[in-house]
Amino acid sequence: MQAGAPRKHRFSWDTFSAVATLIPTLLVLGVFVYGFIGWSVYVSLTNWNSLIPSNTFVGLQNYLDILQTYRFQSDLRNIVVFTVFFIVGCLVVGLFLALLLDQKIRAEGFFRSLFIFPMAISFVSTGVVWAWILNPNTGVNLILKSFGMKHLPEWFLSTVIIPNFGLGQIDVGIPLALLAVVIAAVWQMSGFAMAVYLSGLRGISDEIKEAARIDGAGAWRLFFAITLPQLRGTTTTIIIILTAASLKIFGLIYAMTGSGQEFVTDMPSMNMFQTTFQGNEFAQGAAIAIILLLLLASFIIPYLVSTLRRGDEA
Amino acid sequence: MKRSRIIAAGAAALIALTATVPALAATAPKGELQIFSWWTGVSSSKALQSLINIYEHEYHAKVINEAVAGGAGSNAKAVLASRMEAGNPPGTFQVHGGNGSLLSWVQANDMVPLNSLYKQEGWYKVFPKSLLNLITFKGKIYGVPVDMQRGNVLWYNPQIFHKYHLTAPKTFAEFFHDAAILKKHGITPLALANHGNWEATLLYCDVLLGTVGPEKYEDLMTGKMSWNTPGVKSAAATFTKMMSYTNSDFSALHWSQADQMVAQGKAAMNVMGDWAQGYFTTDLHLKPGSGFGWAPTPQTKGSFAAVTDVFGLPAKLKDNTPTLNFLKVLGSEKGQDTFNPLKGTFSPRLDANPAKYDAYSRQAMQSYKKDKLVLIIGQGGANPGFTNAFSNAMEIFVTNHNIPNFVSAIQSAAQSNPLS
Repeated sequence: MQAGAPRKHRFSWDTFSAVATLIPTLLVLGVFVYGFIGWSVYVSLTNWNSLIPSNTFVGLQNYLDILQTYRFQSDLRNIVVFTVFFIVGCLVVGLFLALLLDQKIRAEGFFRSLFIFPMAISFVSTGVVWAWILNPNTGVNLILKSFGMKHLPEWFLSTVIIPNFGLGQIDVGIPLALLAVVIAAVWQMSGFAMAVYLSGLRGISDEIKEAARIDGAGAWRLFFAITLPQLRGTTTTIIIILTAASLKIFGLIYAMTGSGQEFVTDMPSMNMFQTTFQGNEFAQGAAIAIILLLLLASFIIPYLVSTLRRGDEA
Repeated sequence: MKRSRIIAAGAAALIALTATVPALAATAPKGELQIFSWWTGVSSSKALQSLINIYEHEYHAKVINEAVAGGAGSNAKAVLASRMEAGNPPGTFQVHGGNGSLLSWVQANDMVPLNSLYKQEGWYKVFPKSLLNLITFKGKIYGVPVDMQRGNVLWYNPQIFHKYHLTAPKTFAEFFHDAAILKKHGITPLALANHGNWEATLLYCDVLLGTVGPEKYEDLMTGKMSWNTPGVKSAAATFTKMMSYTNSDFSALHWSQADQMVAQGKAAMNVMGDWAQGYFTTDLHLKPGSGFGWAPTPQTKGSFAAVTDVFGLPAKLKDNTPTLNFLKVLGSEKGQDTFNPLKGTFSPRLDANPAKYDAYSRQAMQSYKKDKLVLIIGQGGANPGFTNAFSNAMEIFVTNHNIPNFVSAIQSAAQSNPLS
């Protein structure tokens, strides 16, 4: 603003249209996202645990009840194990595919579509198909058997947990059954990681690589000293998006394994759905939802803060 | 400037739209009846349509079929709960008879009693007292039963039983005797599917019913007797022993796959509700008797585990007449004898026409008329919170077989959720 110019607030169609354009979004977000989050928090603090609505305040009782159950403790173990394996799997497979595609091969577009295609399929279809493939009595075990393998894997029916030490009510470790679910999930989502990595790879300037090559760096050195560090931002983006997808996972589990014997493949979202809509325990269901939200927020908020900061610096 | 004005106008229009849309949605125009159910399968939707046709023809009225698919009704229940909470109930909705969701809706003051309709239609005489007891709370009756299914049936492969000179087991001792012989010959004695986790709960209920008998079973289910009783433990022990005669991949299978194992001769027996008979006859084209055999589950002869779909009158409706008219069709002999043969169930009316039903249903009808009716956990028979806790306990018990943990989990579930 120029000094000395009249500081008069003039009605401007530009300002009005900007505000008016934002209002629907703000309204919809405000009511349907933040309003409902607030409502869920409120419900989770009441004892509304039947079809009769109740607003008796019980503090954190629902949270304490939920956290003490075998099922929810299993859920927390499962979601951590699943998320770690799922993301590492997607990153490794996705980066590998992206590196292959980045070799200036023929029909790159075809292969790119081929690898990214599973992402277009719904988790429910993926779940049904992989349940057939990994059912110990059908599918892939028949092939393994014909190769003379003796101890066939039980896949998602296994109740084995490794390393298995008792904590709270449950055995803590990696439930082998979850690895079968991880396979299906990685199959579906690694194409997404590939696509993002590919754009990241294309963003690395050839000049840096050229300079490194002139300095005598071999292929491995080039990969670990130039390519990987340059992909750090890309990797963070993939991790954040896949974490969000992973913590909310429902359809795949619902269709493929269900909760599993001894809850080896149960997830907080499954528990929330059944507690709320089959048990009619709305307050406890809301408590699960809020814990899930806090888990998600603990990943997303640091990421948002760091991107905002980077935006300020630029 | 012109463009931004258009944008502004568009935005304002959008605000107006988003504000009115929720108000417009899902309120039926006057006179139209919304019928809410989870009947989306081929035969059940055909059966429902036949009822709708009768109603539309007799009352010259329109019906909006609001069936919600998926999850054996769990999705429909979620949608229904949100509509009821919003004070916008459908004209009538499907619910299982018993102390499950139906009782919960009644306790939440969301249902209107139908005693006068029963009197007017003479239904007190047509439906057996034992059935009406399951849908009557504090002397008031809250639903019209449209079909009847049985939850305590042992299905078996007659060829296998004939080959090894076995008969359908009447007691648990006979069951284990048969099972040992079948196992020796490499046949899975008892097929089990438990992908949904209600299937093992059904099996346990049938074992419990056979162990303690119908009177004590009913006392347990209505909270009159503590779940600490020895019968609960010994039923759990019998259940555990049965598990050693089942296929190991049960948690990967859906219920019909267990019946498929029986039909194909891979397994000899399966415990399932009589919706299995529709699968045997319609999907596998087997003849009742020669293709598949049936008997009450061990030690439950004289008891009939009733799974019945009922429809009621929700409170907060603007106009009760369409719903009441539809309920009249639903409870009539004509309506029931049209609906049930199409759905593969039978009519709970005492004057239902046996000629309209197949061999299995005719026999089930006879048992129904003289047996003691009991309820099943997981089929709308018990408090939903208790049912959920029970099914959580079962998910663990089904493989770890820890009886004390299982029993104490059910006991605390029964304490924190009133059963009647």
